[in-house]
Amino acid sequence: MTAQSTDIATYNFAYLDEQTKRMIRRAILKGIAIPGYQVPFASREMPMPYGWGTGGVQVTASIIGPDDVLKVIDQGADDTTNAVSIRAFFRKVANVAVTTETAKASIIQTRHRIPEHPLKAGQVLVYQVPIPEPLRFLEPRETETRKMHALEEYGLMHVKLYEDIARHGRIATTYAYPVKVEGRYVMDPSPTPKFDNPKMHRSPALQLFGAGREKRIYAVPPFTDVVSLDFEDHPFEVQTFDQPCALCAAENVYLDEVILDDHGSHMFVCSDTDHCEKRRADGHRGHFAPETLAPGNMEPAQ
Amino acid sequence: MTDEPLLRVSALSKFYGSRVGCENVSFDLWPGEVLAVVGESGSGKTTLLNCLSTRLLPSSGTASYRMRDGQFRELYRMSEAERRFLMRTDWGFVHQNPADGLRMTVSAGANVGERLMAVGDRHYGKIRATAVDWLSRVEIDEDRIDDEPRAFSGGMRQRLQIARNLVTGPRLVFMDEPTGGLDVSVQARLLDLLRGLVTDLGLAAIVVTHDLAVARLLSQRMMVMKDGRVVESGLTDRVLDDPRAPYTQLLVSSILQV
Repeated sequence: MTAQSTDIATYNFAYLDEQTKRMIRRAILKGIAIPGYQVPFASREMPMPYGWGTGGVQVTASIIGPDDVLKVIDQGADDTTNAVSIRAFFRKVANVAVTTETAKASIIQTRHRIPEHPLKAGQVLVYQVPIPEPLRFLEPRETETRKMHALEEYGLMHVKLYEDIARHGRIATTYAYPVKVEGRYVMDPSPTPKFDNPKMHRSPALQLFGAGREKRIYAVPPFTDVVSLDFEDHPFEVQTFDQPCALCAAENVYLDEVILDDHGSHMFVCSDTDHCEKRRADGHRGHFAPETLAPGNMEPAQ
Repeated sequence: MTDEPLLRVSALSKFYGSRVGCENVSFDLWPGEVLAVVGESGSGKTTLLNCLSTRLLPSSGTASYRMRDGQFRELYRMSEAERRFLMRTDWGFVHQNPADGLRMTVSAGANVGERLMAVGDRHYGKIRATAVDWLSRVEIDEDRIDDEPRAFSGGMRQRLQIARNLVTGPRLVFMDEPTGGLDVSVQARLLDLLRGLVTDLGLAAIVVTHDLAVARLLSQRMMVMKDGRVVESGLTDRVLDDPRAPYTQLLVSSILQV
């Protein structure tokens, strides 16, 4: 630390002090050693409200180095408030290179999506987690849920899926779909759509999860089994979309519905903006892309 | 009946600081036998039940349970995982207040199915069929299967709690005032149902009650407790018709005659 202070406070590299980073790194290492296990850590106050990614930011701050390239996504998009702010934050306090390209990033902090572009070994995906405890809404007592994890009593998780089928005729959970990690711990994959669950299975990238308000860190090391829970007669399946992306015509990607006017017309576009832009740069065109439609000839999608 | 008891309790005591919860309780429970524990409130009945069901650890004494493989296991030496496994497979616990034993925010079907899922059942259709079967056995209409217990009357909740406990085919059921808080006609039907189920399934049960009529109807044997100690035990009919201990005589003579 520099003894002399100027008129404006200066920050340590990546905002957190070195002792805090060591504490968080210890929690991360323990999390990696016990895949899916929620490790308590002393979450710090961050210059942002809880629920805006304080857990993810602390994990990123603890693992980031000067040579890293950071990408931040919010619901798949690189250009939303949360993503832009966190990217700007790390550029300021760590002076790191930032990118929106999945393939070029070494650390990707994400809010509720896994990029469409396959991750590779050496990349780290940092999730922002609001509620790390998958059993929370079924069993409110933390003492009890910890015991249930310890004793591997996960019958209750299936009670939730049972309720879904009893009410809706199918498993209606579409996000925060519970998974079993390496055959042991049941884990909340943060509220990613269940569409992304298969991408977690044996992913070559390291996946870290930080919950700032709940003070928990957990991890899925590379090439770890991540299996979505289901019933024998109601197997796990992901969402399917009956039309491709309106802008880049991509299929088998996760789409967002975008409302176009007050009359209910809408289009479905890639939730992963980087993926969509890449495809359009490569010449792919959807039926609603500006290049497809003649100017002044806009008509709502069906 | 086999020639070995299901549960052997020896010199069980539980102290809360210097206060006595229950002291020096010993008995054997045989397969298919219903034992009633009666006494006034504060006599240590519930403490005894909680110790036996391992919800509380006793201060001293032992209890051993004959597992399905015929081996006796010391309850308080088992690991917590083993005890909890026993709790949700081979045992049942019927609470006085059904809200304590049910998940009030999930449907009746899921309440019955939870134990099945807890022991690894992963077939929705089979779980649901079992739930339907058990609801009918406890006289709950099949079309209430997707309702939450919150929408049930007190008697229905209690019957649902019984179904939830019996679905894994336990051999020993603990009941804490199973008919408490129910009106007499509902009580009568519940007792009828319980008596039928206990006989059909050959369950052993330990029923804690302050109601001597319930004890007479359900149990073959009873223990009378006072201030944490057993003052008298024997066949139910003998104890009620020919009470020997002064306290039992007082208890029996206190029954209101209608």
